[in-house]
Amino acid sequence: MMLSIGFGLVALCTGLMLFFTLTRSRRARVGLRVIPAFTRLGKAIGLAVEEGKRLHVTIGKASILDTSFATALSGLSALSRVAQISIISDRPPLATSGEGALAVLSQDTLRAAYRAANVMEQYDPDRGRLAGATPFAYIAGAIPIIRDENVAANLLVGNFGGEVALLCEAADNEKSFTLAASDSLEAQAVLYASAEQPLIGEELFAIPAYLQAGAIYQDSLRAQDVIRWLVVGVLVVGVLLNLISGLLGAPLL
Amino acid sequence: MRAPLAAAIAIAVGSIVLAGYFFPLQLLKDVQALLIGWGVILTGVAALVGIFNLVGVHWRKMSAPTESDVYSPLLILAFLVTFVAGLILTPAGAQFQKVVTFIQAPVEMSMLALLAISLAYACLRLLQRRKTTLSLVFLISALVFLIIGSGYLSALYQIAGLSDLYGLLTRLPLAGSRGILIGIGLGSLTAGLRILMGFDRPYSG
Repeated sequence: MMLSIGFGLVALCTGLMLFFTLTRSRRARVGLRVIPAFTRLGKAIGLAVEEGKRLHVTIGKASILDTSFATALSGLSALSRVAQISIISDRPPLATSGEGALAVLSQDTLRAAYRAANVMEQYDPDRGRLAGATPFAYIAGAIPIIRDENVAANLLVGNFGGEVALLCEAADNEKSFTLAASDSLEAQAVLYASAEQPLIGEELFAIPAYLQAGAIYQDSLRAQDVIRWLVVGVLVVGVLLNLISGLLGAPLL
Repeated sequence: MRAPLAAAIAIAVGSIVLAGYFFPLQLLKDVQALLIGWGVILTGVAALVGIFNLVGVHWRKMSAPTESDVYSPLLILAFLVTFVAGLILTPAGAQFQKVVTFIQAPVEMSMLALLAISLAYACLRLLQRRKTTLSLVFLISALVFLIIGSGYLSALYQIAGLSDLYGLLTRLPLAGSRGILIGIGLGSLTAGLRILMGFDRPYSG
């Protein structure tokens, strides 16, 4: 039963994404709803490029074999877009992570951005770094980067633990902008209190769409919205049926 | 198309692993297990590459003619000592475990203590930074659940009316977290499908 539901969800999501992608040109352009955090992020990126300061993207510590790796994929897409925007800056963006595979992928993402901009001679692999191999070592390794590398804005997107608050505090001390999102509930609670602009829940996966990384990200957001309303509907109907069966004293199904 | 071979391999491997979860065919299960095994080996190799990259970055920072980092020699020294000790004593050895227990664990505990202070300060500054109703609700709920979680009021929960209220309060965060997790799950699903359909390629090949 669970497998069938899972398969159905995957098939439905694939179908919706393909539908929105194929009908993209025929649909009227519908803008994304305004999320103040993304407006602030856009301004912070622009200011950083203008002032010749650095953007720091940190993509968490999710292992490639974890289910939380999807958050790192969102972080990598954001890194790619940030690199495209700020490649002309005096201080190109810097990526840190807490997992070896993510460090390799962040280097690859940066290299792809430099290659696309035809400035491969400016590419430095040290700008995609493993900050530390354990959760606390990762945070301890990323704090000096915020402090010493003339960072104007930090984008924290990925899987973090509660210790991510130390990164936010370091950014706060340096008066640099922070937009933070995580899949972990613990980190979300901590980030709500400590980050300048926290994102909650699935807003994490909207980052590439709001950074205009490509139309496919907006299409997948639409597919996500349709399925979310479907899930909400199923939950509400389930609760109502449960309530009615409770009142009647007999199961309805 | 950028890196067609890498994209084809990623799509094929992803599709086989996903199909292995949905279709109960032994051949699919075997191939899925093999591919996941290769993934584990690649993750280990990537971790090693990442660590050598970390040491390389600090080596260059240490030997930089200007603004050399004072902490980089410490990191390299600690890395070399731990690496050699791990090779000689093996990571599972009792002596090596003592190094972890007596050095790494206390350092991480100190950071945890720092985190507690940092979080308390962040909570105090929250209303100064964001004067919104949600911030107020966040602070009130944090206080309420801190009191409930402390267990000081456990005797009160035996009273008929209050025990129901306690039950409601303990279920509220569960409902909220489920809502957030459903959203995260759907986001993860679309992120994974973008890779499987070749729209998103976090590798340049």
